[in-house]
Amino acid sequence: MTKLTKNMYFTLAWRNIWRNKRRSYITIASVTFAVMLACTMRSVQLGSYERMIETAARFFTGYIQIHKNGYWEDKTIDNSFSYTEDLIEKVASVEGVLEVVPRIESFALASYDQKTKGTMVLGIDPEKEHKLTEVKDKLVEGEYLEADDQSIMIAKGLADYLRVGIGDSVVLIGQGYHGTNAVGIYPVSGIMKFPVPEQNNSTIYLPLKEAQWLYATGDQLSSLSLVIDKANHVDRIVAGISKDVDLEAYEVMGWKELMPELVQGIEIDNLSSKVMIWILYIVIGFGMFGTFLMMTAERMYEFGVLLSIGMKRIKMQFVIFLEMALMATIGVIAGVMISLPFIIYYHFHPIYFGGEMQAAIEDFGVEAAYYFSMQPSLFYNQAWAIFLMAGILSLYPLIVIHRLKPVKAMREN
Amino acid sequence: MSIIKALNITKTYNSTAVPVHALNGIDLEIEKGEFTAIVGPSGCGKTTLLNILGGLDHPTSGEVSLAGTNITTMQDGKLIDFRLRNIGFVFQAYNLIPVLTTQENVEFIMLLQKRPKKERDERALELLTQMGIADKASQRPSQLSGGQQQRVAVARALASKPQFILADEPTANLDSHSTSALLDIMAKMNKEEGATFVFSTHDQRVIDKARRIITLEDGQIISDETR
Ligand SMILES: Nc1ncnc2c1ncn2[C@@H]1O[C@H](COP(=O)(O)OP(=O)(O)OP(=O)(O)O)[C@@H](O)[C@H]1O
Ligand SMILES: [Mg+2]
Repeated sequence: MTKLTKNMYFTLAWRNIWRNKRRSYITIASVTFAVMLACTMRSVQLGSYERMIETAARFFTGYIQIHKNGYWEDKTIDNSFSYTEDLIEKVASVEGVLEVVPRIESFALASYDQKTKGTMVLGIDPEKEHKLTEVKDKLVEGEYLEADDQSIMIAKGLADYLRVGIGDSVVLIGQGYHGTNAVGIYPVSGIMKFPVPEQNNSTIYLPLKEAQWLYATGDQLSSLSLVIDKANHVDRIVAGISKDVDLEAYEVMGWKELMPELVQGIEIDNLSSKVMIWILYIVIGFGMFGTFLMMTAERMYEFGVLLSIGMKRIKMQFVIFLEMALMATIGVIAGVMISLPFIIYYHFHPIYFGGEMQAAIEDFGVEAAYYFSMQPSLFYNQAWAIFLMAGILSLYPLIVIHRLKPVKAMREN
Repeated sequence: MSIIKALNITKTYNSTAVPVHALNGIDLEIEKGEFTAIVGPSGCGKTTLLNILGGLDHPTSGEVSLAGTNITTMQDGKLIDFRLRNIGFVFQAYNLIPVLTTQENVEFIMLLQKRPKKERDERALELLTQMGIADKASQRPSQLSGGQQQRVAVARALASKPQFILADEPTANLDSHSTSALLDIMAKMNKEEGATFVFSTHDQRVIDKARRIITLEDGQIISDETR
């Protein structure tokens, strides 16, 4: 037991908390529970965003892309640009750029037997593309493309839809450079499985040269995607490249610009999740307020005595404030301590769903998995929220004490 | 010089439908070292008077000077501090801070006054010994009898050697044995330490122990005798 003389305020507050053990336990437990729930919810939420950004940016568009100026507004094969050593060199020389990956991107109708589907066709440099998107790891059947192949790799969902297997020939029909017809027939050499359903249901990979032939673009490209050292260097690298290249001719875009819908979608979703958390906190807040209210009401006589014998209001207020702050702190620490091991574990071992669950979730166009984020902000934000709330709620007893009249306080009991 | 000086005190409570004139022109002087009882029937204004003398409540009119200081116009914060340094209080019951031990309760005012630890410890132990409850030093108020609790309250009031001690019916909740024990201790401290006591009561045995008896009726002093 703490000695009174060391720190009178702290001792008084601490002992006051345990005057009504059960009530304090319940109050602290409710804070603990809320923090646990909030930490876990936020971890999954932020984890899913991180994953979305990663699958979209890291494994699809790349964190940075360079196009002919205007391409992003009007993504046609006509808006392609010439592959020049000079440009590649300029881009590659910016610090943090590890690889410059060329691509042709366009659309085509893919047909096999009775089935036809609109697809996204990517002409790639197979080796470089793997450095960008690790696409080789997505191969589930057949062989990975070589630069000189005249065959395609097809995403699993699309292959299933068209009912094609390795060796079957798929017809691609689209529009080429400046209105030419783009028609080709290619055997399937590999099948890939992607976690994101949209990608899994519509992607076809073709070697770059073959794609340039198919779309009649000559040596032109639709984009250069960059492999960079760190995701959070995007802005700096974009700025570095923008300095060197002719911005009349080219546009240099970071992933946030490349995927504004994703960024916006995340922001909206994030906001609604924050609202949920605040509702949770407000519910818990009412519980806390009930406790604070009782702690104040049942001690009016005592406050009257303390004020009579000469304890300054500010000192009494400080003790009460400490009581609330201590309970909030214990609750927050306990909540973080309990949720932390789970979050750490699941951060390294994401939860994947299988079977019907997987199908059901993927129907919504999202990956059937829970990823857990470990961003520090996710923990200290809960602490801030609780402290802010405890601070606001403790205004009540502070005001009560501020207005206290000793005689009145002692009469009312 | 009087330690307590009240000049033409009136107190009217307006909170009720009909205003209550609790005190009607009280003039009173109390000297250092007195052992004074304020007596009178229930509702005659004893508590009201003590509250005003202790600066816990404001008179409707009149003036109170304590140890030469006019407290009537004193601002709240200053008044709290004045009480801390000059007045000891003993109330009818529940005087003590429930989460503190007996000794800590006795030391509490000295702690608020920031007296050194050694002084506090010595003084608390001395008082608890004189009160005959030194063996209860580390117990909480809830573990003490009503009489023992009141003795701790008296010890706390005495601890910092205030100018005077106000006690509103300190024996009201005690049996006759505890009542006379508490009064004996107060009388002893009055003699040994020269502590000034002003207490209210309507218990005849308590009245018998007082040296000066001020009788109130309907908010007025109807007799004031010293034996
Ligand atoms: N806060 C108040 N509001 C209204 N009237 C009050 C208030 N306090 C006291 N009174 C009235 O003032 C008068 C004096 O009350 P007071 O408490 O001083 O009497 P008392 O002598 O201490 O009585 P008791 O012996 O019962 O303690 C009573 O008529 C009482 O009803
Ligand atoms: Mg009374």
